[in-house]
Parts: sequence; C-alpha cells; structure tokens
Amino acid sequence: MRLVLVLMAVLLPLHGATAETFADVLARARGQTVYFNAWGGSPQINDYIAWVGRETKARFDVGLVQVKLGDTAEAVARVLAEKEAGRTEGGTVDLLWINGENFRAMKEKGLLFGPFTDMLPNFRLVDTGGKPTTLVDFTIPTDGYESPWGMAKFVLFYDSARVPDPPASLDELAAWTLTHPGRFTYPAPPDFIGSTFLKHVLYEAVPDPARLQQPVDADAFAALATPVWRWLDRVQPHLWRGGVTYPASGQALHRLLDDGEVDFSMAFNPAEASSLILAGRLPESVRSFVFRAGTIANTHFVAIPFNAAHKEGAMVVANFLLEPEAQARKQDVRVWGDPTVLDLAALSPADRVRFEGLALGPATLPPDRLGPALPEPHPSWMELLERGWAERYAR
Amino acid sequence: MPVASARSPFLRLAPPLTIALFLGPVAAGLAGTILPAFGWLPALDVRQLSLEPWRQLLAAPGVGRGVVLTLASGLGATVLALASAVLIVAASHERRGTRPLRLTLPFLLAVPHLASAIGTAFLVAPSGFAARLVSPWLTGWQRPPDLLTLNDPFGLALTFGLALRECPFLVLALIAAESQIASGGRLAVARTFGYGAAEAWLKLVLPQLYGQVRLPLYAVLAFALSVVDMAVVLGPTAPPVLAVQLLRWFNDPDLALRLVAAAGAVLQLGLILLAIGTWRAVETVLARLCRSWLLAGPSPSFERALRLLGRLAFTGVLGTSILGLGALLLWSVAGSWRFPAALPSQLQLASWAAVAQDLSWPAATTLLLAALSSLAALGLVLACLEHEARTGPKPRARVLALAYAPLLIPQVSFLFGLQVLFVRLGLDATFPGLLWSHLVFVLPYVLLMLHDPYLALDPRFLATGTVLGGAPARVFWRIKLPLLRRPILVAAAVGFSVSVAQYLPTVFVGGGRWPTLTTETLTLALGSDRRLAAAAALLLALLPLAALAAALAVRSPRLRHGR
Repeated sequence: MRLVLVLMAVLLPLHGATAETFADVLARARGQTVYFNAWGGSPQINDYIAWVGRETKARFDVGLVQVKLGDTAEAVARVLAEKEAGRTEGGTVDLLWINGENFRAMKEKGLLFGPFTDMLPNFRLVDTGGKPTTLVDFTIPTDGYESPWGMAKFVLFYDSARVPDPPASLDELAAWTLTHPGRFTYPAPPDFIGSTFLKHVLYEAVPDPARLQQPVDADAFAALATPVWRWLDRVQPHLWRGGVTYPASGQALHRLLDDGEVDFSMAFNPAEASSLILAGRLPESVRSFVFRAGTIANTHFVAIPFNAAHKEGAMVVANFLLEPEAQARKQDVRVWGDPTVLDLAALSPADRVRFEGLALGPATLPPDRLGPALPEPHPSWMELLERGWAERYAR
Repeated sequence: MPVASARSPFLRLAPPLTIALFLGPVAAGLAGTILPAFGWLPALDVRQLSLEPWRQLLAAPGVGRGVVLTLASGLGATVLALASAVLIVAASHERRGTRPLRLTLPFLLAVPHLASAIGTAFLVAPSGFAARLVSPWLTGWQRPPDLLTLNDPFGLALTFGLALRECPFLVLALIAAESQIASGGRLAVARTFGYGAAEAWLKLVLPQLYGQVRLPLYAVLAFALSVVDMAVVLGPTAPPVLAVQLLRWFNDPDLALRLVAAAGAVLQLGLILLAIGTWRAVETVLARLCRSWLLAGPSPSFERALRLLGRLAFTGVLGTSILGLGALLLWSVAGSWRFPAALPSQLQLASWAAVAQDLSWPAATTLLLAALSSLAALGLVLACLEHEARTGPKPRARVLALAYAPLLIPQVSFLFGLQVLFVRLGLDATFPGLLWSHLVFVLPYVLLMLHDPYLALDPRFLATGTVLGGAPARVFWRIKLPLLRRPILVAAAVGFSVSVAQYLPTVFVGGGRWPTLTTETLTLALGSDRRLAAAAALLLALLPLAALAAALAVRSPRLRHGR
C-alpha cells in the first residue's frame, strides 16, 4: 500500500495547483478515499458529513471517512508529528475542519497545501463581499489556504420559562447575575466558546474597537484590559458554583441549561438552540438573544495539509461542500442549521429556492434580529486574555 | 534445570524480545519528549538547547496549583483505595470468606475508567441521579442545588472517583496474592489465640501480602497521578490537574507550547517518582511504628470496628458503582428526563439504535485489538516466566522488571515521541502499529497478574512431574498450564480490558483511522448528548465484562492446600 502511494507520488506529481483544471482534479480524485478530520461531538453534524460522503461517492467516486476529533488541534498535532518525522507525502490527514488559531498556526508553520480555493468552481459563489470573514480568518488573510464552509455568529440562549426578559448588554447581564446568584456561568477559557464570551467583555472595555484588529503587546494589553477584569471580578462570586469552577465547554454548558442548573448558554451557531430543542436536548422554552452592541461573527473553513495523501479528493469534497444543494441542506435546522457562506444573489433561481423554503426553527433569531456583526480581534488579544483569565480565576 | 533452558532458544530469546518490544517505544518516546523539554524540536525549527521551556512552564498560571491537585488527588485516591480494599478483604474473612468479593468486584474492575467516571458524574452531579431520587419530596429541590459535588476545585470528586475505580483492582491483587500463601492455617492458629477473623487477617496475613501487592499499588499510584480521561470528566477545570493541562498544551494551536508541554511531561514523570519514593519511605516508617501494635494481642472492639468498616466500604464501593451504572442505563434509554424527575418520563431505544449504527465498526476494532494484544501479551509473558522459572532469577532475567516501566511512566510523557517514532517507521495509523502500542500497555498488566502466581507455584508439583519423567516442556503444558488456568485466563481478561480502555495511544498512534469505543465515547461524553454518551459508555463496559465473566467461569483444579 505504501509502495503504491510512493509510486503515485512519483508518477503523478502535484506541483501546487496552478497548471491544472478542475476536470484534471476530478479525474485524478476518482477512487480516492478522503480522511476528513472534523470535530465529532455533534450527532447532527456527523450525520450531515456522512450524507456528504454518500453523495461524493455516488457523484465523483470519492469516498469520505470522518475522523471524529475531540479537538481540532489533535489533527494539527498529527500533521506536525508527520513533519517532524520527515513525511512530506502520503500524510494521514486529507481534509481538516478548521479556523482561527489552528489555521494561523498551520499557515505560519507551512503545514498547509495551497493556495487551492481558486481551483474550486463553487468558490465563485461565495459571498466574499458581503461576508468578509470568508477571506479573513481572525484577522489572518486566508490567501486561498482554506475554503469557507459555514458562517458563525455568537448568540446566547436563555430559558424563557425562568428569564422573562433577557439582558441586552453585558451590564444588564451583570446586574441579572448579581440578583440571581448561581444561575449564570460561561465555559472556562481556553475553551473556544468561553474565550469568545470574554472577547465580548473586551469589546465593551476597549474604547476604540478598531484597536482590536491590531496586534497588542503585554503592556498595552494590561493598560487597556483593566475594565475586563473589573467586570469579571464583579460577577465572579455570583456565578454558578460561586465561580470556583466552570463548565469545560459550550456543550457542557448546554447540558447544564438542559438540567436546569443554569438559565443561560451560548453558541457560535445561531440555530444551535433550535436544533437541540428539535433533538430533545434543550427545553422547548429556550430562546436566543444577542447583545444590543452586537456579537462576534466568523467563518469556519476546511483546509488540506501540505502532505495530504489525497489532495485531489479533498478538493473535490471541499468543492462539493460549497454546492448550493449541500449548503442549503446544511442550513436546514432539522439537519444542522449552519448558515451558508454563499451569495444567494449569485445563485440560479432554482438554487435560491432551496434556501428560501427553509424554516428557522423555534429558537432561532431571524437574520434582521441577529444584531451587528463584530469582527474577531487579532489572535494576540485572545492569547493575553486567556492568560490573564487563567492568572486571575484559575490559580 | 538450567540445562533444559539451553535447549530452548525460543525461551531464551523471550525476555530480550519482550524488553525490546517495550523499551524501544518507551525509550524513543521519552527521548522524543525530553529533547523538546530542553529546547530541541527540529519540526518547529527549535534547535537551541535551553531551559526556556522550563522557565515558561513554571511561569504558566495554574501550574503550581495543578501540581498540588495532582499530588493530592493521586495520593489521596491511592490511600483511600488501599484502605478500603484492605478493610473489604479483612472483613470478608468473617463468615463467607472471599467468595462474594470474587463474584462481584472483578466485574467492577472490568468497567473501563471512562465509563466508570461518566457513571459517577451522572450519579453525583447536583442534577444527577442521586439528587433526583430524593427530590423534591425529601430535599424540597425543584431545581438542582448549586452544590460543588463535581469538578470541585479541590479535586475531591476526582479523588473519590479514582478510589472507587481502583479499589476493586487492589482487592483483586490482595486476593490473588493471598491465594499463593497458606493463610488458612495461620488464621486458624490466630483464632485459637482469641483473634477475630478480620483482625487476624490484618495483623498476620496482610504484612506478608503487602510485599506482593506493592507493584500493583505503585501502578495505581502512578495511574492516579497521571490520569486524563477521568480527570476530564470528574476533575477540577480551572486549573485542572497537571496531566490535563499538559494535554491541552500538546493540543494547543500555538505549536510553541509543545515545548512547554514536553517540560511538563518530564515534570509529571518527576512527580510520580517523588510520590513513589515518599510512599516507600512512609511504608518503612509505618512498618516500624506498627510493630508493637501488631504484637499487642487481640482486641474485640477493634475486630468489630474492622468488620463494620469493611462492610461499609464494600457496600459503598458496590452501591456507588451499581447506581452509577444504573444511571448510565437509564440515560441510555431516556427520552425526555428533566430534573427533579427520578425516572425518565419517556423511554426510547433511539440512542441504542444510533450507537448500534455508528459504533459497530469501532466496536469490532476494539474487540480485535483487545483480543490480539492480550493474546500476544500472554504468549510473551508465559515464555518469559517459564524462562525465569527454569533459570532462576539471574540478573539478566531481572531486566524483565523493566517491562513494568509503562505502568509507572505517565503515558503523556512519551506518546508524542512515540508518535514521531511510529511515523518514521511507517507504522502510524496502521493496525499493526496500533496493536503494538496497545501491547506496550497490556503486557505489563498481564505480567503483573501472572508473575507471582506463576513463580509461587508449589515447586513440589513440578518436582513430582520431573521425577515421573516429564521433560520441562511437558511439565509446562501438562502441569503448570492446567494448574494456572484460572490466573492465566484472569490475566488475559485484565489485559483485554486494559486494551479496551486505552485512550491516548489510540489517538496518538491510531491517527484517527482506527476509532475505538473509548475514543468515540470520550468524544460523545464531551458533546451535548448525554443519552448517546450513556449508551456508548455501557457498550464500552460490556466487552471487558464479558471477557472477565468468561475467565471467571472457569474453575481452578482443587489441588492447592489451604482453603
């Protein structure tokens, strides 16, 4: 098997993706099996990926196997170990669900294949103008090294049976927490959702939001971040469990809300509450809300490691993920509820109809009530924020 | 008898082969961890030997507390597990002997750590099964109380969860060791001097057994100090114990943190050595202090206290484990089940259907890996022990003790290095590679379970066999194997369950291509669907339970003296 791979690598060299057409890619992808490394904690998402695999097998003869990760960084670690061992061909990770920090790390260390997105016919349908985060991932330009898959906007959930009127700002949230001790908490950073919640506190604290798009050093951060710690210090004793422990992840926080231990949760997918209610994993009285000042929006992507064994197959899958049919199915709250990255105006009328018929679900805010979209701060802010949080609340 | 061994090249090769199979990966893995800890990781273009990773490690927030939590929960859990195991075995001598223990505790032993932790969490959480059983009629709780019963910052939930899981292992080790010495006669003599059964066992038998269970005990200690999957489910979160923090760093998108993680992994190894050293020192001091107490004569009130505590410990361990498994079972068939309902309001089989569909392939992989690795381990161990038995423990044979290294070295300390080695050999993400990595962890347990029973086998049987004209090989096949049938099968079953429970090696070496029940269950446990996690955890527990039940169903020939 390994010998075959080596021979293939010698006989079919793939020098970047410049000189070939997508038809060549399709031809070479035939018969390949793509190992798609993707977080596997959600049965709905896993089912959707399984559907993608059945379709790519039927349409392009490209098999798809989901390698279910607990954390995307596991796959980053694997690619790094392969590089450490000098394996530049025939790597075990073909396609990777990725964004933000993981993308920055892999791009900086030269662990990614590309640029490849211009090769994908469906990439032209992406709403790069209306959705700038499809090209800039946490302030880092994607430069064609990752292909957008879905949109994310931070939303909070509340149980309307216990909270009649959700807070519209962080100050109102603090006031509510002070009068309802033990009923609010957030996941412990560096969990993704927990860190994102902290970034909203940061947005309130820094007078000029544009500053967050620039890198920051420890001294400047110390001066600017004081209000962050003041806000957190105020609510901390009144958090769930008195703020001495925190849920480990956004998923753990959903469970606490489902168990009635807290009254709030939060997620990056605006339809997540609806989808969990439909799956019987949140009470039917749960609803979504956002802060008046807006919440952070970003995009999640797929990328191909530099040493992937089946790069052509991975590109075929990445292209299929952008197919209007696949994007519409993904946005269906009964399937997953993940918003599309496509520009609906660029689609054919027949394709546009696929999106227009989709129901929002019981707890999803309509797009016009999702509030302003805040861009992700430069990653240096997050690193200092996480470290500062650990120094204060996790000593 | 040494002459016989010279005629059997396979046996002579067995110990070096076994050591090479182990020490190779462990040494390469350790090197691959220690070098980055001192600033050497060419993949990241770091080629400057320095103490910088250590400086960053010591400056990282929460590390000091993580170390304290690690030591406290690891030592605490080991003390608790040993104390309850000793009490349980002591009290079991009062009437029915160890029979109820032999029937029940091994089954708890077979339940993988992860399944046990998930069950315990479902039980003790403020919204868990225990609170639901008494709410609201007794407690008045309409909502889950805001109590720190899980993930507490002192690591108490983790300590108790670990102790609960390790106690059965130590009970089994004590019973196995006792079956090798003639404790019956000794106990009978003590009783004529007015000792109660439990006190007699504690004062006369335990001091003899302790040396034999020392290694399992240290393995428990090392495990408790470096456990990851249980600590993720039960342990403190901010900061977590050191091992969990290390895994976070190894997995951090900031690749430079890998150097800090490597330094932390070396620190983790140091903590284990320190803890074992401390334990050893305390052993010696305690042995001195206890001498006069051991000779002070019988005390009826002490006997009563022992029996009571022993029964309490037995009921506690058994009851908590069964309730935890019960909570898993209920969640796996639950539809809607909201606090404070004691039972689900609807039952459904959807979770099991989903698990049957998604996990049949991982289950097959798990089964194959566990069966092959425990068989391979059994073959190697028997060959090594037979060699040692024929030649006597020469210095070279003592090298076999090195095979225990994987038990005492934290997995996280060498898995990154091991992963790099396997990639170099082209073995990563292949089934043989994964099998080898499992064997590294399975073999020490098989050796641990078999070593003493094998070498303590009454030499008169063998002498008789030889006198009757049996060649050593014939004695081995016709006398030793049948006599040791039960310990051999139990050792294989323990090896089987060790393989089933492996998480980190499967993730690091398997390259995600060979998902097993353990990796899939942890992914589900971190997800939001408790019903699926419960069904997966039960399925995970089922395989080793079946293996152990099969092993225990076989009876030993009744040739031994004593009971």
